[in-house]
Amino acid sequence: MAVVFQKTKGLTDTPFTYCPGCTHGIIHRLVAECLEELDLLDRTIAIASVGCSVMSYEFFNCDAIQAAHGRAPAVATGVKRVHPDKIVFTYQGDGDLASIGTGEIVQAAHRGDNITVIFVNNAIYGMTGGQMAPTTLPGQITTTSPYGRDVTKQGEPIRMAELMAQIPGAAYIERVMTADPVSVRKAKRAIKKAFEIQKNGGGFSMVEILSSCNIGWGLSPVDALKYIKEDMAAYFPLGVFKDKGAAQ
Amino acid sequence: MKGRVTFNTNRCKGCGLCVSVCPVKLIELDKSTVNAIGYNPAYPAYPDKCIACTNCAIMCPDTVITVERLDG
Amino acid sequence: MSKMLMKGNEAIAQAAIAAGCDAFFGYPITPQNEICEYMSKYLAKSGGVFVQAESELAAINMVYGAAGAGARTMTSSSSPGIALKQEGISYCAGAELPCVIVAISRGGPGLGGILPAQGDYNQATRGGGNGDYKVVVLAPNGVQEATEMVRDAFLLSEKYRNPVMVMADGVIGQMMEPVEINTDPLPKFEKPWAATGESQSRGTRNVINSLFLNPVDLENHNIALRKKYDMIEENEVQVDLYMMEDADVALVAYGTPSRIVKSAIEEMRAEGIKVGLIRPKTLYPFPFKQINAAADKVKFMLTAELSMGQMVHDVRLAVNGKVPVYFYGRAGGMIFEPKEISDAVKSHLGGE
Repeated sequence: MAVVFQKTKGLTDTPFTYCPGCTHGIIHRLVAECLEELDLLDRTIAIASVGCSVMSYEFFNCDAIQAAHGRAPAVATGVKRVHPDKIVFTYQGDGDLASIGTGEIVQAAHRGDNITVIFVNNAIYGMTGGQMAPTTLPGQITTTSPYGRDVTKQGEPIRMAELMAQIPGAAYIERVMTADPVSVRKAKRAIKKAFEIQKNGGGFSMVEILSSCNIGWGLSPVDALKYIKEDMAAYFPLGVFKDKGAAQ
Repeated sequence: MKGRVTFNTNRCKGCGLCVSVCPVKLIELDKSTVNAIGYNPAYPAYPDKCIACTNCAIMCPDTVITVERLDG
Repeated sequence: MSKMLMKGNEAIAQAAIAAGCDAFFGYPITPQNEICEYMSKYLAKSGGVFVQAESELAAINMVYGAAGAGARTMTSSSSPGIALKQEGISYCAGAELPCVIVAISRGGPGLGGILPAQGDYNQATRGGGNGDYKVVVLAPNGVQEATEMVRDAFLLSEKYRNPVMVMADGVIGQMMEPVEINTDPLPKFEKPWAATGESQSRGTRNVINSLFLNPVDLENHNIALRKKYDMIEENEVQVDLYMMEDADVALVAYGTPSRIVKSAIEEMRAEGIKVGLIRPKTLYPFPFKQINAAADKVKFMLTAELSMGQMVHDVRLAVNGKVPVYFYGRAGGMIFEPKEISDAVKSHLGGE
């Protein structure tokens, strides 16, 4: 008899505060598993951001610094520059990274800081009650786009993985999703690769993860996964957008 | 392959993701009871069907499930 | 290091390097660009890290990160850039992180001007960021004192786990004066609380945080911060009294204006007017006790500031109604001459 799956040491015992079915729970676990499997827990500093995951410093079993909204990449730069041998990662949502934090995320990549960014894109502002996000889909109803996102007034959704891939300092940019067991396993491989790149001094890495907010979207947890797979992935294509280390 | 799943019942939020991804449909939500955090928890309704694929554990957002592979 | 003629900004940067600054994060803004430039040239040579951030806001967040990870770190800016840093300063104060912020002040509000002013007194001492917090504010009167205060700032920030600001007007940043920088190594403070990564071998996770969702916890946190500020107010006031022993009139000024006021005092003393100077060297903690005591012996006080009147309100609080407190100021980068101060004093002495 062998245990083939159990809770990772990369997570504390604190129960997650997320809604039932929230993919933050899956993604936290994937990050924690990667840190444990790569034996990085004893040299990692997590940078928590502001959003539903504001309390992520309670859940990751490592040192952590809580950053102001949008500023996590700058905080990560500060840590990494004084501790270049440590693993530093940010965990940010779409408001934190793609709205208030667009300056900081672009510039951290531009500098080529050897950090890893976990970007949880669920096309909505969950923590504050379901407002429109920069990644909200056209026509999607949120509390600040009650008639559906109007691209003529509110712009098109922003594709961060594509934007970031153009930056010379970015070493590895991939977009994945957590919509079913296959895609979750693939997401874990991407996250692991990103941490391996950091471990080997390979430069700035970001994994954008299409995820769900079933409460904000007004869907059941299972239907919310379908929305990721069918609607979100249609607008935000999955794949590797930049891989400096890939064989030519 | 035979497997066994164990549920940390009082951490379950009854989201149903595990139910939806089990290929042998052995997991159900127990509507007859409410756990310590107020949800109908998931449980293995047909435990003998388990093939230790770990789909359920992988989809669980709250790390409720432990999966064992039973040899032989 | 022997005495050298140095520009204020460069001397400040050199003093920080001598004090063991590990990391500098800054952004160009007039009139403190030489601090960034000097750091970019020399900090690495002593093993430190320099980053020109994308904005003042990013810079203070880098400071927050580096400080949270245990480094001795600083940033510098000028008035509009300090305004941008307020969020980060509040976070540093809330998370109890040591860091030094050098502020070379210029005219405001808004984009204002690039010439010297003292219009950021309120911003510095009342906290432009949200919540109940205090930043220790040191106000030098020249290049030499600026270098001493930078060293002091690192010590105080690590002693109290609090941000410390060195606020110098643009005159000090730009002028050249002979300076001797203290190169004695600063003591190293143990930082067992720092998020340095070794959570597993340490046995506890270190979390740097200012979020306390439970109101009981947040109130207790605020009460603890207040206790810290009480200690700072009890122990760290610095003030200079000049010719106050027999003074009938007390002038209150800090920074470059205090030197102009001293010239005015010379002129007035020659005419028989017994006037003295109270020079706060710490704007927070403010010398309330000392000013209150002086109010027993003078007819009135007058603050001379390069602003529309900010420190004057603290002087009035200190004096607590015992004597009138007047104000004389220039703004926008205009700097008063000694005669203006003498005239102002005389006008209050009964129209002579």
